[in-house]
Amino acid sequence: MSDASLTSGAAPTRAKKSLMAVDVRTRKRNAAEKRFRAYGIAAIVTGMFFLIVLAVSIVRSGLPAFSHTVVSVEFNLTEEQFADAESQLFKTKAYEALLIEEIRSALVARGLDVEFDSDAIARLLGKPGGTLREHYRANEQDLGQPVRFELAAASRVDGYLTGRVTRDTLQDSRFLQGSDLDLIDALVDADIITRAFNWNFIMGADTGVDNPGGAGIGASVIGSFFMMLVVLVLSLPIGVAASIYLEEFAPQNRFTDLIEVNISNLAAVPSIVFGILGLAVFIQFMQLPQSAPLVGGLVLTLMTLPTIIISTRASLKSVPPSIRDAALGVGASKMQAVFHHVLPLAMPGILTGTIIGLAQALGETAPLLLIGMVGFVARGYPDGVMSGFVDPNSAMPAQIYTWAARADASFYEKAWGGIIILLLFLLTMNIIAIILRRKFERRW
Amino acid sequence: MPLFWLFIIVLVIALLGYFAGRMRVMQGAGGDRRNMHSLPSYYGGNVAIKGAAPALLLMLLWMLIQPFYVNYTVSNQIPDSAIADSSSRNLVLSEVRRTANGLDLAVQTGALTSDDANDAQANIADITAALKEAGAVLTSDITQPVLSAAQSYRSMNATGYTLMSVAVIIVAVLGVRWGLREARPEFRARNVVEQAVRWLLIAAASIAVLTTLGIVLSLVFNTIEFFRLYPAVDFFFGTNWAPSFSGRGGSSDLGVIPLLWGTFYISIVALAVAIPIGLFAAVYLSEYASHGVRSVAKPLLEILAGIPTIVYGLFALLTVGPLLVSVFGRDGLGIMQAGTAVVTAGLVMGIMLIPFVSSLSDDIINAVPQALRDGSYGLGATKSETIKQVVLPAALPGIVGAILLAASRAIGETMIVVLGAGAAARLSLNPFDAMTTVTAKIVSQLTGDADFASPEALVAFALGMTLFVITLALNIFALFIVRKYREQYD
Repeated sequence: MSDASLTSGAAPTRAKKSLMAVDVRTRKRNAAEKRFRAYGIAAIVTGMFFLIVLAVSIVRSGLPAFSHTVVSVEFNLTEEQFADAESQLFKTKAYEALLIEEIRSALVARGLDVEFDSDAIARLLGKPGGTLREHYRANEQDLGQPVRFELAAASRVDGYLTGRVTRDTLQDSRFLQGSDLDLIDALVDADIITRAFNWNFIMGADTGVDNPGGAGIGASVIGSFFMMLVVLVLSLPIGVAASIYLEEFAPQNRFTDLIEVNISNLAAVPSIVFGILGLAVFIQFMQLPQSAPLVGGLVLTLMTLPTIIISTRASLKSVPPSIRDAALGVGASKMQAVFHHVLPLAMPGILTGTIIGLAQALGETAPLLLIGMVGFVARGYPDGVMSGFVDPNSAMPAQIYTWAARADASFYEKAWGGIIILLLFLLTMNIIAIILRRKFERRW
Repeated sequence: MPLFWLFIIVLVIALLGYFAGRMRVMQGAGGDRRNMHSLPSYYGGNVAIKGAAPALLLMLLWMLIQPFYVNYTVSNQIPDSAIADSSSRNLVLSEVRRTANGLDLAVQTGALTSDDANDAQANIADITAALKEAGAVLTSDITQPVLSAAQSYRSMNATGYTLMSVAVIIVAVLGVRWGLREARPEFRARNVVEQAVRWLLIAAASIAVLTTLGIVLSLVFNTIEFFRLYPAVDFFFGTNWAPSFSGRGGSSDLGVIPLLWGTFYISIVALAVAIPIGLFAAVYLSEYASHGVRSVAKPLLEILAGIPTIVYGLFALLTVGPLLVSVFGRDGLGIMQAGTAVVTAGLVMGIMLIPFVSSLSDDIINAVPQALRDGSYGLGATKSETIKQVVLPAALPGIVGAILLAASRAIGETMIVVLGAGAAARLSLNPFDAMTTVTAKIVSQLTGDADFASPEALVAFALGMTLFVITLALNIFALFIVRKYREQYD
């Protein structure tokens, strides 16, 4: 800037006025300041709003999955009736007739009179005769004593009671008819239809597309568990070893640079690419079994390794050099200094990072779909520890995806319920990580 | 699991070697550890390493090489007449492998005795029936050449594994003997053991390189295979995506442009949501917010980044989609056909990306030296003027880097678009149309029941390659910008 411009521009042009009065320009600037601040607050409020909407829609849509509608009937079968039913050609039909008689008398006893036939019961309960017969054949000592049965009602009955199906939207079909709704109302009045906690949802396995009521997430929780076991056993030692090398021993050379670049790039590779890797290398090339939690665990290990390495290196770095120097000073070798002194001190940080990495892996879906761990393979629990690793199974997020992708809207409720369980696991893991950090991490 | 047991046997031999080595060196030193170069456990460790490492290495190599050798020999055994015109040697070979696996299964379940399974004169019909009974997966009926090839495949594998077990155990024992001979007090056992541990550490660190190599190789090989079946020009410049569902036949149109368009459109919508919210949140948190607000709001925002993407996918499909339809759909403005659309997926993905933008930008804004702000205040600027004219320009390269990282995340995101964006590939400007993305199509092409050697399945690898290259370029560019920025103040 030249002097000439200073002198020419410095001529006082502003009118005289009090400092106490705010002029137009200042008011504008102050308004801009306030506006800018409001934008910031609005941004944060928007973020919080999204979080709340997400949480509310998860809880509101997911909670119904944890309870289900049951028809609870007290049933008293005498030995003669049992023998009679067993001697007939259509045995389950005979049990069904007995059940209908029981329900009818229960309704009459309460003064409710509704006409219904065995088809209506079949629409409400599926095929209850089989369940009854199974029970009495297995427990003959129950004959002649009252036994309370809780039979799961069909998903549309469930929908009617939760408001998903109403009298107006219901179309008569072989699944549910308008006349059945009167029966349902009467049964509800008679306390025969009630809602109960759905243990089957937590313990059960996936069912076919036609039975949303019976679907459970238990089998895929087990699949996720075995997968996480593989991830933990592989990624913790490998990640720690790699970090120790890079942080403590690696010389500054091309190879080290190559490793560093690779790790930072792998951290940003889309997860689905790891799925392609798993499909091509583990299944096509190495011929490992498809849909196996072992393969899923291997893929997720590769995916979480960068996360674990990055956090482990940070916690190794935070151990002060004086610890190493002291160890070296009393005659430890470099290796001994690291393994006996630095590593134990860095352990809380490493474990925290590992748990967070595991939580990330637990929620990952896309790579699992590519290696065949889709929901419908989770049809039951594995037979043992070995088969838990190699038998086809699914994982929680993949199971949720499978339910979400099905056409029957009754599965959506299950998907939301599955998300609640998944988030509970993630929450637990993160809380453990936070406690570990609070309790054991040392500030130097 | 014979392999598992072999592994255990080798470990047991090594463990025995450890104690033997320890004992031997203690005897050699007359029970006084001051006479030894290293601590006794290092001598034991040396023996254990010499016992286990070569044996396990041999096991690994054998397992890598044996399948190649067996496949090569068996494939030469198949006469040319056994290969149908429409088929190839590889297809017959995989049929042979399936048959062999089926025979294993049948023997396991007891549908066949092991003698019957190896009987060269066995009746094909009987074998087929037995395989079906055992639940083996067969695409077609077994023919005589396939059966005899499968039988020799099985016998070669069996002898191979027996030979391997014997060789591995011999190597382990020899290794232990070598280590024991070295277990003398003057031997520098610690140095040897530490060198071995160092190699182990290097091997662990190299896994990152191997993973990248694995990704690149598996993508490249399958992509080349795809381009042999389908012209590369049609893939890169084709504007129509219509895979045929029958599997075979050249009637599929596999142009990548509609998919790329869908990917970029959804990412742009997502960034249009995430950048303003994330950036303003970052500015507010780092410049205005009190300590208390910051310590609550920042972790809460970061929860959004920790939620699994499947949750967002479901949120898009079942909450946001129907909500948008009720506003823009037939009952509202009438411009939205269905809940799955670009704007649904983009909005939800934007929510997911908010913490990415805000956390990274927050760090970068905090890294701008206080002196710059103080100078600006000293000149009479208000806080917002300082932020707009001093802090943000100084932090700009870092913020651009953060946005690029968020963009690469958006492009690679799968579950939200699989559930929220629809399945139809189309080139359209309307954000209320359903579109699909590269990632969504990778999932649908590889989880369907298309034959693995067909272009419809192999195209997924070409799509994966495209995705990998784009995200890699974005990441490298972002890191480059961030790194360049960092040099300014250090």
